[in-house]
Amino acid sequence: MFPTPQTTRRSGSRAIYAVLLAVALAFASGCSGERADNTATPGAGGETIRLQGAGATFPNPLYQKWLSEHGKLNPQVRIDYQSIGSGGGIQQIQSQTVDFGASDAPMSDEDLKKAPGAILHIPTVLGAVVITYNLEGVAEPLRFSPDVVADIFLGRVKRWDDARIKADNPGVALPATDISVVHRSDGSGTTAVFTDYLAKVSPEWKASPGAGKSVDWPVGIGGKGNEGVSGQVKKTPNTIGYVELVYAVQTKLPVALVKNKSGNFVAPSLDAVTAAAAEMLATTPPDLRVSITDAAGATAYPISSYTYILVYKEQKDAAKGKALVDFLWWSIHDGERFARDLQYSPLPAEIVEKASAIINSITAGGKTLRGA
Amino acid sequence: MPTLPTPTSAYGARVRAWDWRRALSPTGNTGDAVFRAALFGCALLVLLLVGAMIAAMASNARLSLREFGFGFLTSSEWNPVSGQFGALPFIYGTIVSSLLALVISVPISLGVAVFLVEQAPRRLSRPITFLVELLAAIPSVVYGLWGIFVLAPLLRQYVEPPLQKWLGWTPFFQGTITGIGLFTGGIILAIMITPIISAVVRDVLAAVPVTQREAALALGATRWETTRVVLANGGPGIAGAIILGLGRAIGETMAVTMVIGNRAQISASLFEPSYTIASVIANEFTEATEAIYLSALVELGLILFLVTFIINAAARLLVWSVTRGTSGTARA
Repeated sequence: MFPTPQTTRRSGSRAIYAVLLAVALAFASGCSGERADNTATPGAGGETIRLQGAGATFPNPLYQKWLSEHGKLNPQVRIDYQSIGSGGGIQQIQSQTVDFGASDAPMSDEDLKKAPGAILHIPTVLGAVVITYNLEGVAEPLRFSPDVVADIFLGRVKRWDDARIKADNPGVALPATDISVVHRSDGSGTTAVFTDYLAKVSPEWKASPGAGKSVDWPVGIGGKGNEGVSGQVKKTPNTIGYVELVYAVQTKLPVALVKNKSGNFVAPSLDAVTAAAAEMLATTPPDLRVSITDAAGATAYPISSYTYILVYKEQKDAAKGKALVDFLWWSIHDGERFARDLQYSPLPAEIVEKASAIINSITAGGKTLRGA
Repeated sequence: MPTLPTPTSAYGARVRAWDWRRALSPTGNTGDAVFRAALFGCALLVLLLVGAMIAAMASNARLSLREFGFGFLTSSEWNPVSGQFGALPFIYGTIVSSLLALVISVPISLGVAVFLVEQAPRRLSRPITFLVELLAAIPSVVYGLWGIFVLAPLLRQYVEPPLQKWLGWTPFFQGTITGIGLFTGGIILAIMITPIISAVVRDVLAAVPVTQREAALALGATRWETTRVVLANGGPGIAGAIILGLGRAIGETMAVTMVIGNRAQISASLFEPSYTIASVIANEFTEATEAIYLSALVELGLILFLVTFIINAAARLLVWSVTRGTSGTARA
């Protein structure tokens, strides 16, 4: 019997098609993350004012909502926002390639000095970082003291039935298993807020990994993005991790209560985050660059933060500057009502007032763009 | 006493030297000359591109090169907060995960290809070929998410515990079982490069002349022995396919990042989290604002370039040394 080796098929070309298809799909998947409606719509008469913004990914869903709502009211102004990350937002506003940047953490003094002009911080909404976990058979939300959270992520508290975790959670049947820590592997504002909090509540944390968008984690595995962390926590028993509040609410993750400075265990909620900002008013500087982690106050959730839009105090183009200032004003007044539905905490009234004053201080050619 | 060449001959020589058609094509045919110039331009473009990339990366990595020097390659510390950077854990993770992928993928790919070419009836080989090539077209982020939600839990429950039970005495299968780590990263990579390797090997085997098989069978060889003859003939082509797969494994980013654990450490255990060069760049590049941090990431890119180059060169040398002297073999 002679075997039938099929040697005469047009096989080479098919491999090429497969490769081409792969390339095409890769491109398609690569592009799908960006907004598809990026093509310019030449306005009637060419009087459309176009503004470009870029930065933090965390407030992106809200900013897109704002842009679309604001666009309906002001069809002559077209604003685009690219969510490329806070670091990118800071870089682009420094290099003046965008009209406004956005960042979760306020810019450092050093970064501000690198910019060619004075940059203002306009807080837009508030967010929070929540601690999530995967413990079978534990129905009630866990409670954590700040030092315990720090020591878990330092690798010092290694087991779920540790006496210190038990002390915070009387009556909860904690399993006698190792704790698996999951953290973000990508540089992110979420990590910056979380490590800023840990550095405030734990001197050891402050000394060793410190605070930043990426840190040298003492223990644990890294997940890429909120989805990476929550995916690994959901799929791996006995894990603990941290994600954005928005993300936890939308995906219904179990979230822990954290003890705040006043000694109360507080669940992360939109109001508890706004409360944290309100409690920190006394120590909030006039430029509103402030960390509100570890806030005092009975109802304040301690791992909270502002997110900011960054603009130059002196605008080069009066028409564009006016459009930008009007958009910012609309955002923190009318826009705030969209925040809650998208799981962002609105600003406290006092901060809206202070931010309004900052917006009013924006000038073009030495003239204010909004009547004070 | 030197004599000046006569004007006429100098003129004639100049005319010949200036004839670009003759310079580019022995026949002096215009079409051939244009064709040749165009082809040469394409080849040159690739060279220029590679050169420009290396130059740009080296220039952007200046700060890190100056600050850390050779120590960058040997240091295991990666601390963006304190500004200390070392590449060793990433180089280790890249090489080990890729080799692991090859160890798993090569036998399977060869099996698939041999089956499709030598054994499968036509009505079976066509759909299988199509499905294998379809696997190559799946975006890597899909592989990554599938890795987190399906593969990692499967490995944690059914594969890693028995491995640890039987082979736990070796240093390679120790530690906590989480389903996330070098082992899972290697398996994801193996799944991703199998369609590429098997598709190319299939083409290579199909190109082996049918007379080879007829001769082997006529001499009374079994199917297994015939297959060995065919495989030996396709040797260099198969090696080329493996190098192609290795190239993809080294540079793969998203899928690996999702399951490898992203921890800059060097551990003998495959169950421990690890980190690859491509992953750390993808993870940290967007938020790297300090100059030295960015520079260190760019230098990592340069190292990835170098690692790929060295591995490719080594593989080519290996192929060359193995196949030296054999001729008439099929190439990919």
